Amino acid sequence: MSADDLTPRQTEDVLHPEVRAPSDESERGPGGDRLQHAEAASKPIRADAPREPQPRGAKVRGNRPIDQAEAAERFLAAPLHQKAHDERLWDVRRKRDVAAHGIPEWEELRELASQIKTHTLTHLDHYLEQFEAAARANGVHVHWAEDGADHNRIVLDILRKHGAKSLVKSKSMLTEECGFRHFMAAHDIDVIETDLGERIQQLDEEEPSHVVMPAVHKTRLDVADVFARTLGTDPDNDDAHYLAESQRETTRPLILKADAGLTGCNFAIAETGTVVTCTNEGNADLSGNVPPLQIHSIGIEKIIPKVEHLGVFIRLLSRSALGSPITQYTSHFRGPRPGTEMHMVLVDNGRSERLAMEEFWTSLKCIRCGACMNTCPVYRRSGGLSYGATYSGPIGLIIDPTFNKRKYSTLPFSSTMNGSCTNVCPVKINIHEQIFAWRKVLAEEHQIPLLKQGMMKAAGAVLSRPAAYRAAIQTADSALRVLPRFAVYNPANTWGKKREMPQAPRQSFHAWYRQNRMKKGTEA
Amino acid sequence: MSARDAILARLKANRPAGEFPLPDVPTFAPLVGEDWVTEFAERLGKMGGRVERAGSPADPFAPVRSRLSGAAVIASAVPEFAGNRDLAAITGPTEVNDVDVAIVRARFGVAETGSVLFTQDDLIVNAVAYLAQHLIVLLDPADIVVNIQAAYQRPEFGQASYAVLHTGPSATADIEGVLIHGAQGVRSLTVLMLPRKKRAA
Amino acid sequence: MRIGLFVPCYVDAFEPEVGIATLELLERFGLTVEYPYDQTCCGQPMTNTGCHQEAAATEALFVKNFSGFDYVVAPSGSCVHQVREHLTAIPQTDEVKAVRAKTFELVEFLHDVLKIEDLPWAAFPHKVAYHSNCNALRGIGHARPTELNRPFFSKPLNLLKKVKGLEVVDLTRPDECCGFGGTFSVFEPAVSAKMGYDKVTDQARAGAEYVVSADSSCLMHQKGCAERLGVPLKYIHIAQVLNGAAA
Repeated sequence: MSADDLTPRQTEDVLHPEVRAPSDESERGPGGDRLQHAEAASKPIRADAPREPQPRGAKVRGNRPIDQAEAAERFLAAPLHQKAHDERLWDVRRKRDVAAHGIPEWEELRELASQIKTHTLTHLDHYLEQFEAAARANGVHVHWAEDGADHNRIVLDILRKHGAKSLVKSKSMLTEECGFRHFMAAHDIDVIETDLGERIQQLDEEEPSHVVMPAVHKTRLDVADVFARTLGTDPDNDDAHYLAESQRETTRPLILKADAGLTGCNFAIAETGTVVTCTNEGNADLSGNVPPLQIHSIGIEKIIPKVEHLGVFIRLLSRSALGSPITQYTSHFRGPRPGTEMHMVLVDNGRSERLAMEEFWTSLKCIRCGACMNTCPVYRRSGGLSYGATYSGPIGLIIDPTFNKRKYSTLPFSSTMNGSCTNVCPVKINIHEQIFAWRKVLAEEHQIPLLKQGMMKAAGAVLSRPAAYRAAIQTADSALRVLPRFAVYNPANTWGKKREMPQAPRQSFHAWYRQNRMKKGTEA
Repeated sequence: MSARDAILARLKANRPAGEFPLPDVPTFAPLVGEDWVTEFAERLGKMGGRVERAGSPADPFAPVRSRLSGAAVIASAVPEFAGNRDLAAITGPTEVNDVDVAIVRARFGVAETGSVLFTQDDLIVNAVAYLAQHLIVLLDPADIVVNIQAAYQRPEFGQASYAVLHTGPSATADIEGVLIHGAQGVRSLTVLMLPRKKRAA
Repeated sequence: MRIGLFVPCYVDAFEPEVGIATLELLERFGLTVEYPYDQTCCGQPMTNTGCHQEAAATEALFVKNFSGFDYVVAPSGSCVHQVREHLTAIPQTDEVKAVRAKTFELVEFLHDVLKIEDLPWAAFPHKVAYHSNCNALRGIGHARPTELNRPFFSKPLNLLKKVKGLEVVDLTRPDECCGFGGTFSVFEPAVSAKMGYDKVTDQARAGAEYVVSADSSCLMHQKGCAERLGVPLKYIHIAQVLNGAAA
């Protein structure tokens, strides 16, 4: 099995040729060959002209259910953004396929990763205690946080003890969960994101739309706008190198004078007390190695037992995420630099409660690679911000409701349950089955709209009574009341707005059968 | 109850039913050929790094001479090259921000990925591997291990306070997938294949 | 061997010729096929929306209709997936379990149970894009999905190879979902239709004249999208092609 196994056409054609740019600014190797490592696109993709305003995310109104469909519709109404987004993420999915098909033991690695994770999660108290003891022995200060607010307070306390006023950090979905930036801003701590994508999002006051590529929904023109507004760059210069260099030059002084650095954590090794981060920019290493105070925020589900297990996970992570064999930097933080302090904050924030959810606890296996998002046809066409939650895409659909069942009650319905997410997941989370299971839980707890449940009740009543069903499908018009669109209950006729209606056949199969295959008088 | 005790108690109480043993991880057959130096070079090349064979014993640094001659500040962490910034004398990481080229030796390389490993002892000042504009890495061909799985059998991960695998330079493609080197850290990474000096007997 | 024919509600109401082709095709192999007269639906619209209680009576009716057959055969991967994996709103008696285990989708029934070798009557001299319904592909294992590093196989393509003159064209995204998704098509119409448009565009670019699938629901959605876009593609169920339909 090799990459040759894939259909040749797949590497040639694209769905949206209009976003394939002729010019290619990506870095090349010494031999002039185009490089494709990190999150690089395999072909230039450029949604440049005409200028199109960036669609914004879901409208978040307190605890009210997120209307993902509404936000998705606005994303689709910005075709340049939508096509570039779809093409870019599909390209990453394709790169992932090639990487996965290049490793004969790929499926075995997934199974091993899944088993290591399920073992660790079912013995998490033991491994956390082991981790804590090892970390303390390494001279690390270990803290425990019940939830996001707890985490933020602990970090603030550490900063205040050191008189720290500014903090540089690398990308961390956990700190997004905790609302860390907003909290720190309210307490006069200057937080600076150092991942380019995350920095773009911070400067634009927007959440990350993807766990690995936070600004993947933005075009270069959007970035040029943001940087012109916030960094004072030339608004007419949308060259990606210029924009990236401008960011580097303006962020570097902030890193140098930061009082503290914070990173997230990809893996925490119980036997050694090590925090492992995987980045392409080296920004976790800058955050950890430059400021005099070092903090690592760790979701408690990130624990794995031993160093040797990295030999499984590191091989899976970047290949699943980006199709790259490894991230540029795989960093192992185990103890403080001489004369500095290292703190590790172990954060629960709902994880221990999720462990009790019989159908959903295995979502804790997630290593945040984003492969499920890249492959999701709904995600690619609606943008990560349409989910109005920290986690978007398939993994978001099954994690977000554990944080707030009402607010995220609609999300498990933003899926066709096609199952591709489950197949790309490097730790074999049965994502699409959990989406299905969430729908049941939400319906049983009346967290789905009354209209929807009423329609299903009516459909069930008709479909369980042969006579009622026969009457209903006698004509195409009436058939449509119970069949594809249940649309009679839906005055907007959402099927017919975008698609032609099916033609009415002369007779149903049932009627044909009676006419052609049944002797008169034998009808039941 | 402390947060710690509460979390641990919940984890115990909420433990899913069933047996979930820790699997043994088999040793997988290497996916690289016999010539690990060539494999290493090829794979690092795809990750944006470069590999040079050392020059003559009289001038092993000849292949990277052009990089060095353009540099005002060179910080060397290796005895084979005398830079003009003494890393041992540095009192804080920010002092290496003006370094143009840093020269360090890798503990080992990984043929499967083209990665090199450093610990805090190899770097002297950890930050120099990121704040410098360019990185030159000395690697003894005998120090190459076959793959990531073999790498994680090495003792450094259980001993070093900081251990890091570099696979090429700092990179980003966060803007429309355009690959750019030098996102935040070094703009280039060049590995010079140069055997360690034999220790005196 | 007693074969029960399940004609899903969509097929019954909108694509009766698919039901007829399925019946005739099975009969060509000498099978006696019974059509339980009081059948309606498998319950999928309700369970996919989370409403399992609302599906219970429909599921019970399904079991009542199809109990006692050696095999139940249906021309729909999606409905068979529902029966096999999700028909759980009613108590799982031995009768229920037996019906669920014996329900087969037409392609897998021909391929795995009948192990058919020839389709001498079948000729379809056209360029065809095959559409893998997601439930058929990943739910009941019609083929190796592109995500997995396993040896390639495809039961529907194996069958289509036996059809004279039929040429399969390659899609850019061969097993990307078309966006039907059951009630998804109604509750998230914008994304659903966009996925359909992209699918149709991919099929047209590949040079297909016909799109063949084992699921009428996906075909109905794609056909609606193609007509709206003005793309002159034709959509036909695999049962019809295998039964010797001349375009």
